[in-house]
Amino acid sequence: MSHHGFGPDLVEVFGPSQSDGGPELVQLLTPEGERVHHPEFDRDFSAEELRGFYRDMVLTRRIDTEATALQRHGELGIWAQLLGQEAAQIGAGRALRPQDHVFPTYREHGVAWCRGIDPLALLGLFRGVDHGSWDPEEKHFGLYTIVIGAQALHATGYAMGMQRDGVVGTGDPDRDAAVVAHFGDGASSQGDVNEAFIFAASYNAPVVFFCQNNQWAISEPIERQSRIPLYQRALGFGFPGVRVDGNDVLATYAVTQAALQRARDGQGPTLVEAYTYRMGAHTTTDDPTRYRLSDDVERWKLRDPISRVEVYLRRNGLVDDDFIDTVRAEADQLGHDLREGCKAMPDPQPLDMFDHVYAEETPELRAEREGFAAYLAQFDGHSVEGRR
Amino acid sequence: MAIQRITLAKGLNSGLRKAMEDDPKVLVMGEDVGKLGGVFRITDGLQKDFGEDRVIDSPLAESGIVGTAVGLALRGYRPVVEIQFDGFVYPAYDQIVCQVAKMHYRSKGRSKMPMVIRIPFGGGIGAVEHHSESPEAQFAHTPGIKVVACSNPVDGYWMIQQAIACDDPVVFLEPKRQYHADKADLDDSVDPDPLFSSRVVRRGQDVTLLAYGPTVKTALSAAEAAANEGTSLEVIDLRTLSPLDLGPVYESVRRTGRAVITHEAHVNLGMGSEVAARITEECFYSLEAPVLRVGGFDTPYPASRIEEDFLPDLDRVLDAVDRSLKF
Ligand SMILES: Cc1ncc(C[n+]2csc(CCOP(=O)(O)OP(=O)(O)O)c2C)c(N)n1
Repeated sequence: MSHHGFGPDLVEVFGPSQSDGGPELVQLLTPEGERVHHPEFDRDFSAEELRGFYRDMVLTRRIDTEATALQRHGELGIWAQLLGQEAAQIGAGRALRPQDHVFPTYREHGVAWCRGIDPLALLGLFRGVDHGSWDPEEKHFGLYTIVIGAQALHATGYAMGMQRDGVVGTGDPDRDAAVVAHFGDGASSQGDVNEAFIFAASYNAPVVFFCQNNQWAISEPIERQSRIPLYQRALGFGFPGVRVDGNDVLATYAVTQAALQRARDGQGPTLVEAYTYRMGAHTTTDDPTRYRLSDDVERWKLRDPISRVEVYLRRNGLVDDDFIDTVRAEADQLGHDLREGCKAMPDPQPLDMFDHVYAEETPELRAEREGFAAYLAQFDGHSVEGRR
Repeated sequence: MAIQRITLAKGLNSGLRKAMEDDPKVLVMGEDVGKLGGVFRITDGLQKDFGEDRVIDSPLAESGIVGTAVGLALRGYRPVVEIQFDGFVYPAYDQIVCQVAKMHYRSKGRSKMPMVIRIPFGGGIGAVEHHSESPEAQFAHTPGIKVVACSNPVDGYWMIQQAIACDDPVVFLEPKRQYHADKADLDDSVDPDPLFSSRVVRRGQDVTLLAYGPTVKTALSAAEAAANEGTSLEVIDLRTLSPLDLGPVYESVRRTGRAVITHEAHVNLGMGSEVAARITEECFYSLEAPVLRVGGFDTPYPASRIEEDFLPDLDRVLDAVDRSLKF
């Protein structure tokens, strides 16, 4: 009970966070592969859709394991793994319409996959050949954002632009659009994310805040970020929040789709908390054995997002061995292509660093480039090492 | 338009209005910019005429203002955001230097950031703390954004329109103590100078005096006083701080052999340091004296009762001129 007269003690009521996500968790497919029903978010899925989810998740996992291996071989400077978060991302990614727009953080490899981004383009950033080479407007998928939470504001502003463009609440399904901002549980502590909540609520902007609560912000547990389940924060800002099983691709899809539709219809923002777990390290530079229990990892392995779909598909005769083998072969091919493609990526040229600093280049910068070009020209015919 | 006598506030207001009329993608946003017309009334009447969707009263969150403007710019809008006072830009600092400044670069030129960040800057209005700062060097040090400072009503009118038309993000500094001070004649049939150019505002032979924003007036008064004592000062309004336009400065210093730069910002690592270094590189053999800097002291902005001692005034500028001439 309360010690201070302001109501119940929140820690007693809510936490530390329940390891199963608690009773609020929206789930359509159990870890055992049982289809369950939900009063609000249930929907039917065709066999085609289900197989598609499965294929997307398997291929996304392959991108991730391949990139991790490439980092170990020194081909990437660093890699942010998504192992265990495939369902959260594929569910969210597949719920998008072509005209919706995504503002990712740095781990949204599965969402990028859904947006048709060449996985090699993701690798380029981590290899250090560029800062992202896809066209954000063509792909409707922004550049990866490293500064935690900054993109939540960009998403909200972009959504405000959609309102002004008259592509919200017209009732035309090919026209009405919404934005998704991705971020992590750690990011929920950032001012920018909270300011984005304020702006989105104040202007009723068509934005879905999609938080992947993978329980950890590098070494800091969710308890360091919040005393209440994150989805409940939304209420304080004046819009709905939902906690969904982030390891259940069906539920993630259904909840995100509903939130997106709400936004497209002009009913404003929603916070979706995808309750999941980071199976791997934060990035390839991290050592999770220093701060977390292997017991937890073992428990979460039992909730693997891919195997539960596979069990469901097999049990209901929606796939045969042929299909599974084909997807596996496709994954092997993808892995092979990534390995080869990554190693073949050309390094940028030294003078490339001067490009695109400004839309209208300044004379100062032009002079600096010319000076450096002249300097480099002295070594023509010699290796760069010959400079010294 | 016939010739009008206007203040800087009016010049900026008319310039904003013109930009909004010319381009429906131009949006104004910030704290109190709508109904109130801004705490300095620079956006006065705009919301009444352009509506709440184009003149947006924002929540009180500077990072939010700039960060959402990033999203609006990505969506094809041209946001003009007002930071209420210089000292309150820091909560938005990350968005400006990490996001606004780098978006074009990171996207290989695919995402433009045609945004203007208006900041009333500088002191001399007797305000409480955090209302009189000069943060220009912090932004001029950041590649990817451009920084300009207007100093008079006519420049206010043109420069704000040019900044809005620019496809790069522009930090636009407005000398707040001059908003409602002097009037000038605006004849908008005369073509303006380009935005990123400095301008000789007074001819002279003995010493080149450099200034921008609020200190241009100080420099002109100093030149007037020096003339009475038989010294001829050339005064250049830098106008653009990033990029710097130093061609006219080099030309002038090669003639005079002497340069003094004055700004309100702290001297240490301020704009004057950069300008002095570049003059030294370009005009070394013409120089008769080291380039001297006159600025705010390297203290936090003091309590307003002594701000006149902190701010470079006519006498401190003339003292530097004398030191230069004595070398
Ligand atoms: C503003 C900022 N502070 C610190 C960092 C360093 N950093 C990178 S990722 C990270 C943890 C983020 O955790 P969370 O938001 O939960 O996302 P996750 O990586 O777990 O998906 C930190 C502290 C950063 N990139 N940006």
